[in-house]
Amino acid sequence: MTWLVPLPVILPLLGAGLTLMLGRRPRLQRAVSTTVLSAGVVVAATLVYETDRNGPQVLWIGAWREPLGISLVADRLSALMLLVSTVVTLAVLVYSIGQGMTGNERDTPLTIYHPTFLVLAAGVSNAFLAGDLFNLFVSFEMLLFASYVLLTLGGTGARIRAGTIYVIVNVVSSMLFLISIAAVYSATGSLNLAQLAVRIDSLPSELSLVLQLLLLTTFSIKAAVFPLSFWLPDSYPTAPAPVTAVFAGLLTKVGVYAIIRSQTLLFPESPLTDLLLWASLLTLVIGILGAVAQTDIKRMLSFTLVSHIGYMLFGIALGTATGYAGAVFYVAHHITIQTTLFLVLGLVERRGGSTSLIRLGGLARLSPVIAVLFFVPAMNLAGIPPMSGFLGKVSLAQAGIDVGSPLAYGVVAAGMLTSLLTLYAVAKAWNLAFWRTPEQAHEMARTLSDRQLPGALEVIEHRDHVHIGSGTFGSRDTDEARSILDEDDGSNQDLHQLSRQGLLPTRLPRTMVGATGGLVAVSLSLTVVAGPLFGFTQQAADDLLDRDVYIDAVLPEDSR
Amino acid sequence: MTASLSLILAASAMIGCGIYLVLERSLTRVLVGVVMLGNGVNVLFLISGGPPGRAPIVDESDASAMSDPLPQALVLTAIVISLATAAFVLAMAYRSWQLTGHDDVQDDVEDRAIRRLAAADAASDSYDLSSGEGEGELEMPEEEGSPA
Repeated sequence: MTWLVPLPVILPLLGAGLTLMLGRRPRLQRAVSTTVLSAGVVVAATLVYETDRNGPQVLWIGAWREPLGISLVADRLSALMLLVSTVVTLAVLVYSIGQGMTGNERDTPLTIYHPTFLVLAAGVSNAFLAGDLFNLFVSFEMLLFASYVLLTLGGTGARIRAGTIYVIVNVVSSMLFLISIAAVYSATGSLNLAQLAVRIDSLPSELSLVLQLLLLTTFSIKAAVFPLSFWLPDSYPTAPAPVTAVFAGLLTKVGVYAIIRSQTLLFPESPLTDLLLWASLLTLVIGILGAVAQTDIKRMLSFTLVSHIGYMLFGIALGTATGYAGAVFYVAHHITIQTTLFLVLGLVERRGGSTSLIRLGGLARLSPVIAVLFFVPAMNLAGIPPMSGFLGKVSLAQAGIDVGSPLAYGVVAAGMLTSLLTLYAVAKAWNLAFWRTPEQAHEMARTLSDRQLPGALEVIEHRDHVHIGSGTFGSRDTDEARSILDEDDGSNQDLHQLSRQGLLPTRLPRTMVGATGGLVAVSLSLTVVAGPLFGFTQQAADDLLDRDVYIDAVLPEDSR
Repeated sequence: MTASLSLILAASAMIGCGIYLVLERSLTRVLVGVVMLGNGVNVLFLISGGPPGRAPIVDESDASAMSDPLPQALVLTAIVISLATAAFVLAMAYRSWQLTGHDDVQDDVEDRAIRRLAAADAASDSYDLSSGEGEGELEMPEEEGSPA
């Protein structure tokens, strides 16, 4: 069944070409992209079954002799990642079709949206399947270029501002990736991962440490590991809802996948365990503190995204089978849950006119469907038993306690704290946006803006500062600060005012709600199938640690 | 493995200049920086290909005298990608100029909020920093945990 392996890459690329040609026929375009991505789900599911039964599936493209060509490899880890990512991309595509048919066409020009989205899907699949470093680089570039276009769709001021930073950070990280590839090639004379696994072992340890650090830094920028995560919370929230959803779900996880693959296959005897543990601890804590401070749900969720990368990094840093199993499980859980939440926020934005906590209120009564769709994944994200978020966190904590070093205990504690603070952040969002009445929200926003001026003055007087004339200065600047914070919202009115004027749609497109509901169901089903899934990730982790499974499947004995 | 010293110096000079330019405020300079970085990295690949040799065409020259073709293939791919990057950054610089009249990279939301709030609270520690705004200095990314 090795012929199945390239399909998740080829199908979306062909689809991208087709949809580009069909730019003037939106209906046909939608049909093509949905078919292609549905086929991707079927192929990925078959690959999961195949790899579980028959071991890694390897295809040498163009039938070159073994160490020469480009190889695509699907083992248990790749196949699982493929399956989750294709399911999520399909759901997001259906959602965006629902949004595009009734939404503002100028914001998301449909003709470019479909081809770009398919290229993104192809890039993500290729990254999971790549059997050599340069192919991994090419797939990163594919998905990054698609993401540049998607992030700056429509070219509005806010998106160009956020897009600039995003593009430059990623271009620099790509350069770093190229530098690491050049270094790896001059050290070993190969880029094939299986061959590298054999050859890096015989390098002097300082040299392999340099290579490991170069690759880790590159992938950590993509995966948004603190302190390389600063670009993420600024750039993601400005994009259209489905785009943010697919970015948040998939792009950082591709980085996490690359870290898992390179750490297990190339550098099994890692001297960097402590460094990675510290990085995961800081990512967890600093990310979630950022989330608690936010007043916009989109920005809050972007910070929780950064924070929860720390959980996966923790599992990787431990380097034990249970650690990797927990990390892989958490990746699968987090892809679905984070995408779902951003999709729900798209619904909230449509129904409530904003995602700012200052403006929203009473959504639970206005739209109970959205409330349920938000509540379930939000609790899952925070890790309320018995949902998959809880199971993932418990398994990681268990892995940490098994290792038992003081630092590992420290990260376990940080993980618990993060889980609590996540609960606090989503509960705050729930209380403000869903539970209070719109009138309360309106009153609070008014008193807040009335009080801001004397408040700022008080601080100045309280500290006995001589700048008495700075009163006018202060008020203007706090107003400006608030307007900057809300600049992505457009209108300056809260939910209460908007609904009084009848400016909000009362009905939501059924496809959008359906796609979101479908993803919520998928995320809940992860809880139901948690037992078999854990068995699967456990085996995947065993394969990762026993590198011979991968190496034997890719290279015959004589061509190493 | 032997490596040419002049290539190493050329690569490090280009990468150094590239990094300096990427840290600038103006997108056009950043673009030049990105292009220089890309070229510097491509020279690094030439170094990794080992000593120069004859054209790597089968039957034309002896296999031992050939230069390593793989890094050259990689460089070709990298050149194509940096071309696309340059085009995209140019387009963004142009769009930014259309929208705001300049192509400076703007502060992110948190940075600006913190600076305005600091300006409002003249007694704050970051007040002095904030009063120097608009000098074209690159801000350090603020800590995520700071109040919005």
